[in-house]
Amino acid sequence: MAATEQELHEFREEVSAWMKVNKPADPDFLLPQSFMEVGDERQLEFLREWQFRLWSAGYLGMAWPKAYGGGGAEPVFQSIADQEMRRHNVPICFNVIGLGWAGPLIKDIGTEEAKAKYLKGILNAEDIWCQGFSEPDHGSDLGNAQTRAVREADQYVLNGQKIWTTMGNFAKYMILLARTNPEAERKYDGLSFFLSPMHVEGVETRPIRKITGEYGFTETFFTDARIPLDCLMGEEGQGWKIAMQTLQYERGAEAGAAGGLSMIRVTVQDMLDSLQGVCRDGEPVLEDPVVRDAVVQAIMEEKALMLGLRRMGIGPLNTDYPGSIALSSKLRASEVTRRLRQLAIGLQGAEGGLYVGDPAARQGGFWQRAYFNSFSATIGGGTSQVQANIVAEHILGLPK
Amino acid sequence: MNLIGHTELRFTEEQAMLLHVAQEFCRNKSPAESVRALLESDVGYDVSVWQEMTELGWSGIALPESCGGAGLGVGALVPVVESTGRTLLASPLISTALAGQLLLRAVGPDKAEPWLSRIVGGAVATVAWLESNDWGDSNIKVTLDATGQLDGQKRFVSDANAADFIVVPARRNSEMVLAVVSADMFPESALTLNTLVDLTRRSANFNCSGIRLTPENILAGDAVEGALADTRLLGALLVAAEAAGSAGACLDTVVEYLNTRKQFGKLIGAYQALKHPCVDILMELDSARSFVYHAATVVMDEVLNEAAEAACRMAKVQANDVLSYAGDRAVQFHGGMGFTWDCDAQLYIRRAQWSQQQFGDPLHHRKRLAALLLD
Ligand SMILES: Cc1cc2nc3c(=O)[nH]c(=O)nc-3n(C[C@H](O)[C@H](O)[C@H](O)COP(=O)(O)OP(=O)(O)OC[C@H]3O[C@@H](n4cnc5c(N)ncnc54)[C@H](O)[C@@H]3O)c2cc1C
Repeated sequence: MAATEQELHEFREEVSAWMKVNKPADPDFLLPQSFMEVGDERQLEFLREWQFRLWSAGYLGMAWPKAYGGGGAEPVFQSIADQEMRRHNVPICFNVIGLGWAGPLIKDIGTEEAKAKYLKGILNAEDIWCQGFSEPDHGSDLGNAQTRAVREADQYVLNGQKIWTTMGNFAKYMILLARTNPEAERKYDGLSFFLSPMHVEGVETRPIRKITGEYGFTETFFTDARIPLDCLMGEEGQGWKIAMQTLQYERGAEAGAAGGLSMIRVTVQDMLDSLQGVCRDGEPVLEDPVVRDAVVQAIMEEKALMLGLRRMGIGPLNTDYPGSIALSSKLRASEVTRRLRQLAIGLQGAEGGLYVGDPAARQGGFWQRAYFNSFSATIGGGTSQVQANIVAEHILGLPK
Repeated sequence: MNLIGHTELRFTEEQAMLLHVAQEFCRNKSPAESVRALLESDVGYDVSVWQEMTELGWSGIALPESCGGAGLGVGALVPVVESTGRTLLASPLISTALAGQLLLRAVGPDKAEPWLSRIVGGAVATVAWLESNDWGDSNIKVTLDATGQLDGQKRFVSDANAADFIVVPARRNSEMVLAVVSADMFPESALTLNTLVDLTRRSANFNCSGIRLTPENILAGDAVEGALADTRLLGALLVAAEAAGSAGACLDTVVEYLNTRKQFGKLIGAYQALKHPCVDILMELDSARSFVYHAATVVMDEVLNEAAEAACRMAKVQANDVLSYAGDRAVQFHGGMGFTWDCDAQLYIRRAQWSQQQFGDPLHHRKRLAALLLD
């Protein structure tokens, strides 16, 4: 039976009260703003502990089956919990590849054994997941991935290399896209999807230092690594289809994701707050006419995104190019975010040149680091240029 | 109120119905041939189409029921105006609606009733907003003396050539008043037609000197100044809605060409140098429509608040920016064809140039948004 307004309201109050009490104090190091920024053990342990607490309180995986560590509730409860997390600005749930990709997939099309084996560990953060899609020579052209998986008796033998594996060095499992049939007519049809263990012989990770100076993603090498046959999701040759299916979970709890914040939103208001005391030509920076105009444009960009999400839900206002707001939202949001952070640094005056580690850096160098990290979203998950191709082809109907 | 985070956006069933009906009407009544034919005409629009529009009740949508209107507010006019923009349908709808709003807001429904009922009945009306070319200049110099005689010049009066009456803001001593001038009160020579960049439009300079008014044609009161300011914001919104419609049509035109023209053995739409700007236009257009319908949600019948002001200004900035960009790229992406009179790109680029200069261009509004949002 559907929950009543009253129940939902009470639930919201309850979550809100819990968040108020349980929101962790800021540690003495910068926390990741997204799961692609988890760089060291301190951050990892902090976030792991937070996710565990959230799950223990019953606010994560609320709509997943009880038998596998979930709450068995209607998805709307998780949506409310997520909204309250956003409102209270609590830390992220870092195990995103598990919560938003592998988990929902296992829940929806996995075997009974897979559900029992993986789901709970995803929710309580015991098992960290990573994603092995990109390869050195095949990034945007993901459908051309060449890492091989060859079936031998009761095992698959893996050979090849993945790269840019976020949290590859922390992860216990990987969702892996590998080629089972190099002869397939369409490159996509030769791919298969695996739930692959990281801690087996022949799998080796090597950390890559990031633009921020920190670590956080790895190269991942497969040298005759043997994994059990039941690591295969679906059937051989369905890899691409399954990978595409995971995209729908980005729409949140209602679409099957476990919940929790995957990234912290940084707003124009945050930027304005960060500029306290900054001067330009001897006057407060926000009195400078050129700066004001730049800020107005940033406000409009941010507002347009939020209004778009509102308009998206109104059918009669989406008849022109249906689906355009949804399909362009990743492209837009990531680019708006990048530009905002770039602007924020530019407005800091000479302090804009300082970085994390300098005691005088504004907010500990938060904006400088956040700007660099914003490229994780304009490059990762399909670059902005590739996203533009997708929008052009699918929404405008332009040729490939 | 937190203006930055204000994201109200609702669309009523009435608005949805109006949008649907208006889209269909405009498609039928304003095909490309009709738009072209009217470019060279004197009056600039098809009088019988305008009559049908008034019979559908569109000039009275936002006027109170006591005057024969539908009482649905300016928000209901927005989908209609967007639709007229989409097919470049020429009509004095915006001018007339704004004249109605100005009178209504300045003196209330009872006193304005005689004029508002004429509008509902199909009259064309307009407001003589400008005396210089500066939308930021609120210093009105046209005067009304004690005998009821006007003195001074107005410029760029939209649809003045077709208007049954023109609302002329004027100063009487230190007070702002509205002089409602009927077409029979001045000689034809008082109007000098402008040659406009957008040939779907008509406007004229208006020499008011010597026009004499009787007291019932002079409307005054405390609300006049506020009504002038608010109605200008509504003007910005309606022009923005229309521009958003035109930008959508412009994008369709470009996409269609990119899907038919071949060079180097393939459709030119496959080239990212053309493809990606189209995506930019699409996204900016999405924003424009979001701002326009946000503004349509927050403008009210009463005095406009800061949220409504910010919303109208943002709508104007965004809609004009995207139309200017789309029109500009439409010419370029048609190659030599784009440079011709026969290519529709010219209609959009011309509309863009005209439209951005109505009720203040994007820079004008951004400057005011800065004060609204940051002070
Ligand atoms: C922080 C971060 C975290 C990541 N985490 C993961 C992860 O956990 N797992 C994983 O599998 N991958 C991950 N990635 C990889 C990411 O998905 C790829 O980097 C991305 O798909 C681009 O591939 P590439 O790096 O090979 O760039 P390339 O594909 O070589 O692109 C280079 C440039 O060419 C452009 N380009 C390429 N093709 C086209 C085209 N058709 N049209 C126009 N322009 C084009 C691109 O936009 C880009 O600007 C991560 C990346 C980052 C930055």
